Amino acid sequence: MRHDHLITSKQLSRADIERVLDYAAEIDADPSAVADRHADKLLGLLFFEPSTRTKMSFETAMKRLGGDVVDMGSVESSSVKKGETLADTVRVIEGYTDALVLRHPKQGAPAMASEFVDVPLLNAGDGAGHHPTQTMLDLYTIRENAGLDDLTIGIMGDLKYGRTVHSLAYALSNFDARQHFISPESLQLPREVVYDLHQQEGAQVREHEAIDEVLPSLDVLYVTRIQRERFPDENEYQQVAGEYQIDVDTLEAASDDLTVMHPLPRVDEIAPEVDETDHAAYFEQAHNGVPVRMALLDLLLREGGDGDE
Amino acid sequence: MSDDHDHHDDADDHELRVSKIRNGTVIDHVRGGQALNVLAILGIDGSEGEEVSVGMNVPSDRLARKDIVKVEGRELSQDEVDVLSLIAPDATINIVRDYEVIEKHRVERPDVVTGVLSCPNPGCITTAGEPVTSRFEVLDDGVRCTYCETIVREDIASLIDT
Ligand SMILES: [Zn+2]
Repeated sequence: MRHDHLITSKQLSRADIERVLDYAAEIDADPSAVADRHADKLLGLLFFEPSTRTKMSFETAMKRLGGDVVDMGSVESSSVKKGETLADTVRVIEGYTDALVLRHPKQGAPAMASEFVDVPLLNAGDGAGHHPTQTMLDLYTIRENAGLDDLTIGIMGDLKYGRTVHSLAYALSNFDARQHFISPESLQLPREVVYDLHQQEGAQVREHEAIDEVLPSLDVLYVTRIQRERFPDENEYQQVAGEYQIDVDTLEAASDDLTVMHPLPRVDEIAPEVDETDHAAYFEQAHNGVPVRMALLDLLLREGGDGDE
Repeated sequence: MSDDHDHHDDADDHELRVSKIRNGTVIDHVRGGQALNVLAILGIDGSEGEEVSVGMNVPSDRLARKDIVKVEGRELSQDEVDVLSLIAPDATINIVRDYEVIEKHRVERPDVVTGVLSCPNPGCITTAGEPVTSRFEVLDDGVRCTYCETIVREDIASLIDT
């Protein structure tokens, strides 16, 4: 990648994405080739909101590259609790480490933080904003299962607050992908995201309220969780959530080749019975997080991401 | 329509309604009703003893109704003029010295405005007490926070950080 930081998937060109995915595939095939590559390097994990999964995935990736991690611990037990600014925190931890991973509840936090540090900074999720490393592993999984060109993908669930969805949509607009967004009206894509997608030359984007219109045409169905706390009352939630659940019956109408994905954790939007079918790719998707993050970390740690291999 | 024609029909006539200034800036062709926002953007509230005249909703050839703001003893900086363009895109700036207009130009929309507007998104990092200056990209039909990417199209004046 040409960049020192990974803040949003918008900054990635098709060539950037393909380079990371190709490299992740290489690592996946032979992890031992990179096992000692960053033996002297430390990665700082700054998680201002809990995310065991993403954090462990980064931790595993760094250790598999021979490096190690330092972790600021929970927000409750850190100086952040005492009112320290994020700008100060990143400047201090930058002094200890070779790269930083930041998860923060405020939108734009990684963009701001990156202005204060020289080491590479990776966004591991900012509010309802972006989650570019998740997007890279999503793309990796899509490419393995369905290919990234001439792709018809349905993205369903909470599209409004779903940062993984926003990042994925931007990245897919680099490819020949028809994107169908399926959600209740109250959880549609933010207008900002729609604006950007329409600004993108050639992005093919459509919005729907029901999945049945598009399901038979899909190569990939990307399901996200609708969160209870987005709704003022339980009844309203139950009603909406029920319409965006996938089970074996729903999938009758789908192509045999349909790949079902989910950034996890899921609650009940995909019935456990789907796990046993050939459609399910969400656990594979989660496993792909490690080689993809290894590839990203390696590229960014080598000369601030300028990396000629 | 030439500027001169405009000037005679429009400005001269109605200038009688607000006093002529000796040295300073006349901001003309402000969209009707935006004069007070213009003053807010420039941080002028009269408390410093500035001499300010405002004409609101006066008839105009170019705009159906326009506002006009005259500030005695102050020439606007380019930064101020840039920001002004967000709420008064048709404005003309007349710099006056010794009762003569010595310079007259239209405002131009900048690509970016820094430190002038505050982000309306409560989830934005710039609203969280961090040492960061607000920054907005100027779009054709609004402004967009560089950090959280929120787009604001209406009532940009309400974001002015006063
Ligand atoms: Zn913002």
